[in-house]
Amino acid sequence: MLLVVEQFLNGLQFGLLLFLLAAGLTLVFGIMDLVNLAHGSLYMMGAYFAATFAAWTGSFLLGALMALGATLVLGIVLEMTALRHLYGRDHLDHVLATFGLILFFNEAVRLIWGPAGLALPLPAWLTVPVPILPGIHYPAYRLAIIIVALLVALLLYLGVMRTRIGMLIRAGASNREMIGALGINIKLLYTLVFGLGAALAGLAGLMQAPILTVQIGMGENILILAFVIIVIGGIGSIRGAFLAAIFVGMIDTLGRAFLPNLLRQVLSGAAASTAAPALSSMLIYLLMAIVLVVRPEGLFPANRR
Amino acid sequence: MKGLSVSKAVTALMLAGLVLLPLYSYLSGNIFILTLFTRIVILALAAASLNLIMGFGGMMSFGHAAYLGIGGYAVGMLAQEGVGSGFIQFPVALAASAIYALVIGALSLRTRGVYFIMITLAFAQMAYYVASGLARYGGDDGLTVYKRSDFSGLINLSDRTQFYYLCLACLFAVIFLIWRIVNSRFGLVVQGLRSNEQRMQAIGFPAKRYQLVCFVISGTMCGLAGALLANNTDFVSPAVMYWTRSGDLMVMVILGGMGTLFGPVMGAVVFLLLEEFLSQITEYWALIMGPLLLLIVLFGRGGIMGMLGRAGRG
Repeated sequence: MLLVVEQFLNGLQFGLLLFLLAAGLTLVFGIMDLVNLAHGSLYMMGAYFAATFAAWTGSFLLGALMALGATLVLGIVLEMTALRHLYGRDHLDHVLATFGLILFFNEAVRLIWGPAGLALPLPAWLTVPVPILPGIHYPAYRLAIIIVALLVALLLYLGVMRTRIGMLIRAGASNREMIGALGINIKLLYTLVFGLGAALAGLAGLMQAPILTVQIGMGENILILAFVIIVIGGIGSIRGAFLAAIFVGMIDTLGRAFLPNLLRQVLSGAAASTAAPALSSMLIYLLMAIVLVVRPEGLFPANRR
Repeated sequence: MKGLSVSKAVTALMLAGLVLLPLYSYLSGNIFILTLFTRIVILALAAASLNLIMGFGGMMSFGHAAYLGIGGYAVGMLAQEGVGSGFIQFPVALAASAIYALVIGALSLRTRGVYFIMITLAFAQMAYYVASGLARYGGDDGLTVYKRSDFSGLINLSDRTQFYYLCLACLFAVIFLIWRIVNSRFGLVVQGLRSNEQRMQAIGFPAKRYQLVCFVISGTMCGLAGALLANNTDFVSPAVMYWTRSGDLMVMVILGGMGTLFGPVMGAVVFLLLEEFLSQITEYWALIMGPLLLLIVLFGRGGIMGMLGRAGRG
């Protein structure tokens, strides 16, 4: 029971973290029609910034806030110098250009911070276990991630659905020429959306940093997960990204936790312990393949055109 | 016409260079360059196979590295089990890649655009995790191929020069085949599907079947590259199938010029030589390589072949 609740919460926490990453990706993808492979690099930069600023200021929260600002600025600079020239180009051009950016960021990090990873230690008040149900405790930090991510998701939802900028963003997603024709500064809008996406990726990175080590290439594995999520959810759909992220986070976490035991019921011990790790890593890709075969546009396609 | 001749001249020079390379290596005593170019030729073969579906067929496979792995593992696993004959290893490698491509293609071709890119990627990642789980064949650590494929004395794969020429012959054979395919009725249908699928279907061509056959041919060719690669490195590991590897192949194709016969070869040569050259200047070579790719995309549309064409027109 304890284990089930704990793994369930872990799945939720991982899923919400993935949502932060996927939200930025799906916004940029859906609105600017830009395939940004370097999104994972922004996630990595968020983690490196946080580790550096936290060590520098001696405060975890201050470091996290500064890292958030830094990834926002980095995203805006990146959009203005390089990526804005790619709008309207072929998806393949995006893949090649942003693949180049991945190389650049990985190497820049190695040059600045060195090849060894960094650690981002947690303040004492975030390491205590918190009682959530009678007799069940859960780490405060993971709980904090769940709360922060849910808050951000809510803000994002309200921002996109209820504000004027959100309306423009949605309008831009369905018809780019039209909102340009209405006299909206679409260049500025795109820069802001990209900055927002970068900050969300940075937030995901800095929050994940204390759980894993901060290291080069950390964005690449998780980037693919984020892509899986937006493809399952339907490209450009925030709601789809949210639901798919929770789903993927759960399946991945629960699969890793319980699949070995489940397999042991059917297979011999040796076969089960060989198959389980591979199978649990494959689960989400299997899920994505099934979803795409059944619904080639994803589960919640944003209404485009 | 003048533009065409510049790119033709450069291509001819490059091909002549590839053919004469062992001679240069022998005369200068530089053995390393032969090893380097064997790798380049093999990856050029893989890039050419990707170009068949990507450049001519409009199918952007982001999981092509999977075939490198499957071809490689076919050789590695058979060698591990004591089957050293290349006459068995290579056909098995090709057949395994073809079957994988058939299944993946049949499922993936139900989607299009970015979804197609992502689903091919997902299947390659699955292959990656399956290989990581193969405890008997090294799992994560990969599998050492202790003995190269044995062609009963016909050709000795342990001899650098012979192996290089084998790889080069395979590359030329594949490019010849692609040339024949692209100019055949079948190839024209596939290219027609790239520009307007609905119209082709209206005329009465079973679109998906044509695309699937093309997809399988491409995967099989890439499986050949995988079998050669395993022999070249004497090693195969899941890392061969990791998604950044598929990215590398894509970069080679786009860099050289998508949808041109020799573009991918040019792309592979330039990409890997640049990597080699830059890594000799500085440890942080990717710091230059990354922005360089970005600049090539921004200012050099159509890849190197496209740039050469424009340079010729002046």
